[in-house]
Amino acid sequence: MTSTNQPILLKNARIIDPANNIDARGSLLVEAGRVAGIALADSATGSPDGTIVQDCEGAVVAPGLVDIGVKVGEPGAEHRETLQSASRAAVAGGITTIVTSPDTDPVIDDPALVDFLLRRARDTASVNVFPLAALTKGLGGSEMSEIGLLQEAGAIAFSNDTHAISNSQVLVRLMTYARDFDALVIHQAQDKDLAGSGVMNGGLRASWLGLGGVPREAEFIGIERDMRLVAMAKGKYHARLISCPQSVRAIAAAKADGQDVTAGISINHLTLNENDIGPYRTFHKMTPPLRTEEDRLQMVEAIARGDIDIIMSDHNPQDVETKRHPFAEAEAGALGLETLLGAGLRLVHSGEVPLSRLLACLTCNPARRLGLNKGTLTKGAEADIIVFDPERPWVVEKSKIRSLSKNTPFEDELLTGKVLTTIVSGQVLYSSDA
Amino acid sequence: MHIDGFSMTNETTHRPIEFPHRHLLGIEGLQPPDINMLLDLGEEAVEVSRREDKQKGVLRGRTQINLFFEASTRTQSSFELAGKRLGADVMNMAVSTSSVKKGETLIDTAATLNAMRPDLLVVRHSSAGAVQLLARKVGCAVVNAGDGTHEHPTQALLDALTIRRHKGALGGLTVAICGDIRHSRVARSNIILLSTMGARIRVIAPSTLMPSGIHNMGVEVFTDMKKGLQGVDVVMMLRLQRERMSGAFVPSVREYFKYHGLDSEKLAYAKPDALVMHPGPMNRGVEISAEVADGAQSVIREQVEMGVAIRMAVLEALAAQLPKWKDVP
Repeated sequence: MTSTNQPILLKNARIIDPANNIDARGSLLVEAGRVAGIALADSATGSPDGTIVQDCEGAVVAPGLVDIGVKVGEPGAEHRETLQSASRAAVAGGITTIVTSPDTDPVIDDPALVDFLLRRARDTASVNVFPLAALTKGLGGSEMSEIGLLQEAGAIAFSNDTHAISNSQVLVRLMTYARDFDALVIHQAQDKDLAGSGVMNGGLRASWLGLGGVPREAEFIGIERDMRLVAMAKGKYHARLISCPQSVRAIAAAKADGQDVTAGISINHLTLNENDIGPYRTFHKMTPPLRTEEDRLQMVEAIARGDIDIIMSDHNPQDVETKRHPFAEAEAGALGLETLLGAGLRLVHSGEVPLSRLLACLTCNPARRLGLNKGTLTKGAEADIIVFDPERPWVVEKSKIRSLSKNTPFEDELLTGKVLTTIVSGQVLYSSDA
Repeated sequence: MHIDGFSMTNETTHRPIEFPHRHLLGIEGLQPPDINMLLDLGEEAVEVSRREDKQKGVLRGRTQINLFFEASTRTQSSFELAGKRLGADVMNMAVSTSSVKKGETLIDTAATLNAMRPDLLVVRHSSAGAVQLLARKVGCAVVNAGDGTHEHPTQALLDALTIRRHKGALGGLTVAICGDIRHSRVARSNIILLSTMGARIRVIAPSTLMPSGIHNMGVEVFTDMKKGLQGVDVVMMLRLQRERMSGAFVPSVREYFKYHGLDSEKLAYAKPDALVMHPGPMNRGVEISAEVADGAQSVIREQVEMGVAIRMAVLEALAAQLPKWKDVP
């Protein structure tokens, strides 16, 4: 690993930059922490003296991934994950920018806490860290948080994480008020009454397992309501995580109607289904729950079609204390930083999603939505770059997980596609040993 | 006839018990020969239980712990008596909610108990899958005495034993399961057992008390009790929990009783010799009339007797397999 500011030439690569519609062979030069240029095909690349040359041997060079759904344990649960451990996991997974969840203890609903997180990130994180702030105080869903002050302190957008806001008046006022600050509202919609005390997808599987079910309607009735409220408030809205095709359709209709809305999903909901819960595996307990295979396939199609814009890891470190319980009592959530790209490539290898489309959902789309100058290889952009071999297989071994927690839903599974090098601001922070 | 300790041992060595499972976590996974074997063993236990000397020493020296996270006097007593009749040392542990509040997890409790080296662990818990989770963390044989709304395998087995004693076989019978199917572990275990054994199953309940996906559970679905009971051989009633009686799932007790309570008028639609069953405890005047509950077709008290017998069978079958699993972690 180098910590110098030497120029780096990545040659003999397949360069994919969805932001600029580039997918071609060539080489890329990094200089002074920025992308100095891309030379396509066989055109000669001039590189200054002392340049580190890496022959990529045909591997993909792409912008570092921008993950907008990352829970770290700071503050309040540092034993599960710190900004430092999350950074280690992120760079190994090809993620160079993480957007952190406000669902911490205490909740990020005060400018001083945003400031705290940014300072901790500056001192301990090696990847770019942008905090989300809570939409409502204490994530309680009733009182608006200080959107202006939080934004000024450095909150990149506002979210209530997985805690849906039931009160329509609160949500519409939030969106209306946030509009004055051009702030993005990120919401995970759910009709709480309909969801009841459900812990997995409602239906036959849940009935046989004797577990309370969350009907799919609980999600898309929430999304349909939100789309009406967006039209009312004319705000900027991103659906944090949708899992049902009906939600996709409601959001696509709102887009067609000219609303400023986007849709997000977690990698789990694109690659796993309710059957993976098997005999009450709590690592597969998610919010919203994993749905049926039919739902999953339709969500993958929506990614390919462009109706879902952003894929996130929904990284949520949980430990034995919170996971080793009967299914209904265990916390929801799964690790995702190290497996995001490898799992995402399953959709590419199955022929369902083109590689450039997958990468767009993981790089320029989330960056643009948050107004970040990230997720691109445009000349002059910060050199957050990954090199990965989409064909290299690896097995997710629990003992090698870099996160402080071990709750991966992909334990012992084979993923095809491995990160070889991760560069953040021109520094090589990760090199695959094999 | 007096049987001394020596001949008691001989009594059990006349035929090896073939049961290819370490635990009894549910009916799911049992094959017809497994179920038949347990029912046969249950028949023997009925005989033992009707003798003057009710001791059968096959569990002598074995320790059985009844671990009930959810209070249940009936089931716990039934398991306790079953273990004692087989000669085991039986300990009852009621885990109060307070120790759970103290932060002791299910796994902590399991580890503590495991260190006491029990041979058989009987567990009831209010969460589906909890018994399965616990079974992975202990070295002894585990019996599921009811886990949330998932399964209650010994109840289904005792129901099967009761039916078989009256009807000869389970295959070909039509059995109606009536009432709160949605929240019933008894219904789930019975649906699996009866369909494995080739019976036809009807479920009869208001649609709000049907589980999601019921049409794909291999049963015939009825909401009208009179239609559903037409010509059935067995009527199994389920208990309706008090908190579900007034508004959330059904509007009132009297409306529920009118449409879904078993009275002699509705029972008349079943075969004249149809059995009336209930896992207990009953709500007379809610899901069943007193007249029917205590009537000639009712085998409800016999179910309690079969409960002890089938639990003896299960404990004996699992204990017989213990040497086989001794070195398996």
